[in-house]
Amino acid sequence: MNASTDVAVLAAVKAEEAAVAAAQIVEDVRQASAEPAWLAATRRVAQIAAQHAAAVDRDARFPVEAFEAMRRERLLSAMIPAALGGAGLTLAEVARICETLARACSSTAMVYAMHQSQVACIVDQSNGVPWQREMIARLVDEQWLLASATSEETIGGNMRTSACAVELVDGAFRIEKLAPTISYGEHADCILVTARRSPEASASDQVLIVAPRDSLVLEKRGGWDSLGMRGTCSESFRLVAVGREEQILPVPFAQIADQSMLPVSHTLWASVWIGITADAVNRAHQFFRAQARGKPGALPPSAGRLADAVAQLRMMQARLKVALDAASDASSERIARDACDFDTPLGASLSLASDMNTLKLSISSTALQVVQETLMICGMAGYKNNTDYSVGRHLRDLFSAPLMISNDRIQLNTANLLLAQRTPATGRI
Amino acid sequence: MKTALRRILTESARLDVPADSLADDADLYAAGLSSLATVHLMLAVEDEFNIEIPDRMLTRRLFSSIDSLAAAVTELQLAQAAA
Repeated sequence: MNASTDVAVLAAVKAEEAAVAAAQIVEDVRQASAEPAWLAATRRVAQIAAQHAAAVDRDARFPVEAFEAMRRERLLSAMIPAALGGAGLTLAEVARICETLARACSSTAMVYAMHQSQVACIVDQSNGVPWQREMIARLVDEQWLLASATSEETIGGNMRTSACAVELVDGAFRIEKLAPTISYGEHADCILVTARRSPEASASDQVLIVAPRDSLVLEKRGGWDSLGMRGTCSESFRLVAVGREEQILPVPFAQIADQSMLPVSHTLWASVWIGITADAVNRAHQFFRAQARGKPGALPPSAGRLADAVAQLRMMQARLKVALDAASDASSERIARDACDFDTPLGASLSLASDMNTLKLSISSTALQVVQETLMICGMAGYKNNTDYSVGRHLRDLFSAPLMISNDRIQLNTANLLLAQRTPATGRI
Repeated sequence: MKTALRRILTESARLDVPADSLADDADLYAAGLSSLATVHLMLAVEDEFNIEIPDRMLTRRLFSSIDSLAAAVTELQLAQAAA
């Protein structure tokens, strides 16, 4: 090969590279413009959430800036159907929002996820009650933030039982509840409260009451100085709500929990944990590349851990996708069969429940393991706070994952559900 | 049969009220039957009457009262005898 052909080949290679680069730019622009408006809005909110994440964590304060931005972008009504004034996003799209926010600020993302599971309860289960429709309209107009009061002193964390009871007199009720935790209770515009149906009802015969802020008295009884998820402000309160019978959702809480609260909260919490993990893995990746640049030719000793962490993260994302598909199948089936629910075979709901439970178990524990790996990769730079490679906050935030509805309790529940299932619980092939 | 069902309810359903005080058509969910307890109730019924409750019969209605449980057991026993 002579010099002139070398030059020609080189020129051809250069031209090809330039063409590839140009095509890449065109593709990038196409993708950026093809990005749906809700995702672009989410990225703007995430940017603001990231700026304040350290302060939110340090001061254990509510992420006010991120929620102001979310209201501006109208993300709080993202999952409300378009016919009712919302953006009509699917559960999978809202999961994407949660993951994106969690890469910026865990507390912001978790509050958003908890809000959405309350939204799902009202939207799915209010059966067109006019008061509830109006309530949804206000939520959309004023971008309300919904919270939940399910836990209760003397009952503990089992949300499927209540001690307090609804007392109805001439269509009006009053309830009083000692709640050991109401996440962001002080910042919510409306709280959904579980209670026994009546003073005579058993502990598991529960209803869910929609209580807007103006019908509530909240008396703070304890603060929230926690290891992580510090911005969720999950303080304890004495709650008193008064209102009208129409505020009580017309279906039993057991049904609301199985059909709406459980699938939505478990998939969205998993999305949050995956987002936190993804951010930690990104930091470890950046650290690894910086380290490798410093010593060309040799891989850092932690190289294998990075490959493993990325592999695990991809598995978590795939597991979530399976669960999101199962949850959306289940909700379309439910809509089709709603009329005769009492006679619907329980098999489908049992298998959905055990699928959601195993999602929660595996993502909550794997997320922690993966982030611990990223700490090994980043070393002291990861251990120190406020470096580009810090993963301490990620780790502290994720320690809440196995505790939010204790994994011990979920394991036992799942084993119980598996007892009832005759069909294999190993998924479709 | 209903005596046996009441005994099973006492042993495995963890109701808020004694099973003996329940009428045959009393609502078991209102008496505190939880969804987890229905699983144990189902297994106990299957064991006691040596039947297998098929998926199509496994509904909320099945567990709603002693009457509905007894009807299901009778139906399955008759089907077994005919087979």
